[in-house]
Amino acid sequence: MTATVAHSPTRNLPNPMLPNPYRVQRVRKETQDTFTLELEPANGQSDFHFAAGQFNMLYIFGVGEVPISISGDPGKPRKLVHTTRAVGVVTSAMQQLKRDDMVGVRGPFGNDWPVVEAQGKDVVIVAGGLGLAPVRPALYHVLNHREKYDNVVLLYGTRTPNDILYRREVEKWRARLDVDVHVTVDRAIHPWRGNVGVVTRLIPKSPFDHLNAVAMICGPEVMIRFTVLELERRGVLPDNIFISMERNMKCATGFCGHCQWGPNFVCKDGPVFRYSEIKPFFGQRGL
Amino acid sequence: MTQTTLRVNEHGLVQHADLQHLITALHDKGYQVIGPTLQDSAVVYDEIDSIADLPAGWTDEQDGGTYRLKRRDDAALFGYTNSPQSWKKFLHPPRRRLWQAQREDAESDFVFMPENGTLPRYAFLGVRACELNAIAIQNTVFTKGPFIDPMFKALHDAAFIVAVNCIQAGGTCFCASMDSGPHVHSGFDLALTELIDADRHVFLVEVGSRRGAEIMEQVPFEPAQEHDLAAVRRIESAVADDMGRTMDTTDIKQFLYDNVNHPRWDDVANRCLTCSNCTIVCPTCFCTTVEDVTDLTGNQAERWQRWDSCFTLDFAYIHGGSVRALARDRYRQWMTHKLASWIDQFDSSGCVGCGRCITWCPVGIDITEEVHAMRESDTTSAEISTLNMV
Repeated sequence: MTATVAHSPTRNLPNPMLPNPYRVQRVRKETQDTFTLELEPANGQSDFHFAAGQFNMLYIFGVGEVPISISGDPGKPRKLVHTTRAVGVVTSAMQQLKRDDMVGVRGPFGNDWPVVEAQGKDVVIVAGGLGLAPVRPALYHVLNHREKYDNVVLLYGTRTPNDILYRREVEKWRARLDVDVHVTVDRAIHPWRGNVGVVTRLIPKSPFDHLNAVAMICGPEVMIRFTVLELERRGVLPDNIFISMERNMKCATGFCGHCQWGPNFVCKDGPVFRYSEIKPFFGQRGL
Repeated sequence: MTQTTLRVNEHGLVQHADLQHLITALHDKGYQVIGPTLQDSAVVYDEIDSIADLPAGWTDEQDGGTYRLKRRDDAALFGYTNSPQSWKKFLHPPRRRLWQAQREDAESDFVFMPENGTLPRYAFLGVRACELNAIAIQNTVFTKGPFIDPMFKALHDAAFIVAVNCIQAGGTCFCASMDSGPHVHSGFDLALTELIDADRHVFLVEVGSRRGAEIMEQVPFEPAQEHDLAAVRRIESAVADDMGRTMDTTDIKQFLYDNVNHPRWDDVANRCLTCSNCTIVCPTCFCTTVEDVTDLTGNQAERWQRWDSCFTLDFAYIHGGSVRALARDRYRQWMTHKLASWIDQFDSSGCVGCGRCITWCPVGIDITEEVHAMRESDTTSAEISTLNMV
């Protein structure tokens, strides 16, 4: 028989599939089925940096790994903030986590919201439901550098008033004189006195200059589709509309193939896409 | 003998009786030699000890959904075309453990343990032109992006490649259409062409690398003559002319993008069993999934990677259901990825024309026939972005 030769694959190269241990600092219930995790590196040291819009792969011991967008402030990268909904096996196990529990973290992965490109322009953020979480870092960035932007508009739609994510924070933003915040719900519950209807109905009367605005949209695909239509109707150019896409992901590195969408790997070419670049196949069923 | 060493790009002639020296030299250098063997009525790449393990005197008959071994009139060692399994199973194994994690009990911290084991150094004997291209394509996928798969890279970079030029084309071959064969041009350490007739049974060897030249120092050879090189060129052009299939690849990327709603997708979906055979036998298909397992104590966890296929419903599942719920969606994804979006992603086609997806499709769906049928009735539509909108 032939001799085989020792050959360590990880001696020289970082292994992008190997998670790093993190510790839960805080678990906060947001709404009935959503919660926020705050994580810190278990080894105490942190050289973690992320850009608004990027995501991490979070691993629960023995259960599995899921992609979750980072929803914290990119100006404070030491605290890793993730908001998600308990829908599957992994996210349900995640909901049971307590302070000091360990999780695995790989990341950050993916590209980011165009917060630099949007400088000097009106910023229009349109979020649906849990879609506020992935786009919140962009809003943090814009508010941290408020003087670099013109009008800032947040249009937010949820199913009911009880599903409003980060409610206190939304109310705080709404109280600011330099941000226009409009919230709408699909179904009103007493004592809601705000807007009722889909989020796209907020677009026509929003205070932004359609020729000088950058729009960032995050939410269910169908909501993105109609938001894009409404923005285009208002005259915003496809070049200035950005959307965040969601697809099945196993590796986040472009190796597993699951997140392919047309010619793109959502994990490495996205999750943020300029609408003009994906327009030919956006909305195609089964792609 | 007038010459004792060969340099890169030089040719030598090795007698059939001396080919064993090549395997011995590879073994002596510490390589695990993998080559074609006869198993389960098929040619299967597996570890070989000697030339006697090769399928001497066998050939194959291939067509849509058909593979049969047949006896040849001669004792050629490489007188068949592609076998069901490609070299993919060695460089990108069907199952591999990515890491382990361990903890004392449910309350304690856990640690991740990377895979630091040893990997074999393979010498592949009998890599065909299409397969050499497939290996290069997977190398691009796993090592040329923002991330590198360290295990693939280690296995790939260590592997010694003895390519073999095909002396006949198979019934489902179309490498000539895909510009990936039948002759190997680069990316090998040594390349053999089997020259067999009533008078002789020899191998013309071309040296492709310094590693290859070193190995040839252990193998007796004679200088190649011009008529030997001419014989190889005759074989190359005869094989290219004899391809069992052809595919018109003119502007194929845009053609498929434009025909995303061609009725042929429904037609092929009515035949396709979504069994994923085509993706498993394809030498470039690289998709994987992961499995998380724990032992009975619940304190030892492992993460495994295994081949996956875009033909499964789970593949594109996100909360609420599969993005590609219909067979039509999944066949379209596979073929459009292979022939079109791959070009956007990796600057080459994802198809090398090896024909395996045709041969091993249980219902004989033929990718070349599907492209041909679509070209017969191009439905290019300028308004695709508004079609199918809910």
